[in-house]
Amino acid sequence: MIPAIALAIGVALGLFFEPTVPAALQPYLPIAVVAALDAVFGAVRAQLDGIFDDRVFVVSFVSNVVVAGLVVFLGDQLGVGGQLSTGVVVVLGIRIFSNAAAIRRHVFRA
Amino acid sequence: MNDVTPAAPGPLRRLLHPRLRSVDIAVAVLLGALGFAAAVQVRSTDADEGVLASARQEDLVAILDDLSSRNARLRQEAAALTATRDRLTSGNGRDAAALAEARRRTQVLGILAGTVAARGPGVLLTITDPDGKIGPEVLLDALEELRDAGAEAVQIEGPVDVDNPGGGRPAEGPSSGAVVRVVAGTAFVDGGDRGGIEVDGVLLRAPYRFVVIGDPSTMAAALAIPGGVLDNVEQGGGQALVSRSEDVRVTTLRPLDRPRYARPAEEPNAN
Repeated sequence: MIPAIALAIGVALGLFFEPTVPAALQPYLPIAVVAALDAVFGAVRAQLDGIFDDRVFVVSFVSNVVVAGLVVFLGDQLGVGGQLSTGVVVVLGIRIFSNAAAIRRHVFRA
Repeated sequence: MNDVTPAAPGPLRRLLHPRLRSVDIAVAVLLGALGFAAAVQVRSTDADEGVLASARQEDLVAILDDLSSRNARLRQEAAALTATRDRLTSGNGRDAAALAEARRRTQVLGILAGTVAARGPGVLLTITDPDGKIGPEVLLDALEELRDAGAEAVQIEGPVDVDNPGGGRPAEGPSSGAVVRVVAGTAFVDGGDRGGIEVDGVLLRAPYRFVVIGDPSTMAAALAIPGGVLDNVEQGGGQALVSRSEDVRVTTLRPLDRPRYARPAEEPNAN
């Protein structure tokens, strides 16, 4: 409950303040958001599986974001930032899909 | 992503009765940050400058490359189009000059062919014929004499009197009675029973009047030479009166007949 409320508050704050993204962070923010979404979907799936653990969620969330950002940063340094960020998005997207499929099986039994 | 962990207490109970621990706060903060970041990202993507502002360096370089190559292509195209336009414009100028020249020729030829009204200095030659002895040869003589003296446009009116209708075409212009514009093919024929003289199918009666544009003094002198037109007319019992004028108007027109057989032959150096 509290996480859902916090999510809503965060969305509301972002829409309300409309801060501009710093130029240095612009390539990383979308990747970070996708990575965090992956972590959240994983958490929901774990919750439904009954194996959710806050600590694991926090660690996986933070590490997901950090690793995704690092990979993109590394790609930028190597000159393949565009391709690597695409790759990261693809991988995370696949994981989100598989998590969503697991959640679906839990919710709809199908 | 959650790795498998030892079984936690019932998830439902946990969801309904949250205990505030530091981990819960961390989760809440993380999710709040996620929502915030997602909202900000969505907003900045929506913004107008989003496409370029959020593009990475190499993408920008690629876009710039693309733009500059397209720019070069468009520049080439613009240069080609400019050349075409210049060519067309200069061609237009030549066409305009040719058109002006053609118009000028039309005017000159129109005066010769009698399709254009003319004005200028000239003489009025009035020939009376009280005895009816003035024949077509006299008028032809007078016309030849005038042409020799440089007459450029001629019309013959007759009768000059307003009250004598005469025959033939209605007058065009200020003069009344029958009027004929004299051109290269003009012929004088005796009117026979009807009297008078038929000029190009129009019956003219005395007194006749030549309206001539040309050098007035030359023509007047040519008409007055001994044994010339004036003497001829007087021998026939008539009177010839020459009056010079600085502004003579030859206003009678003649329809342009298209030659039935003759066609323009190509000149070798025609342009």
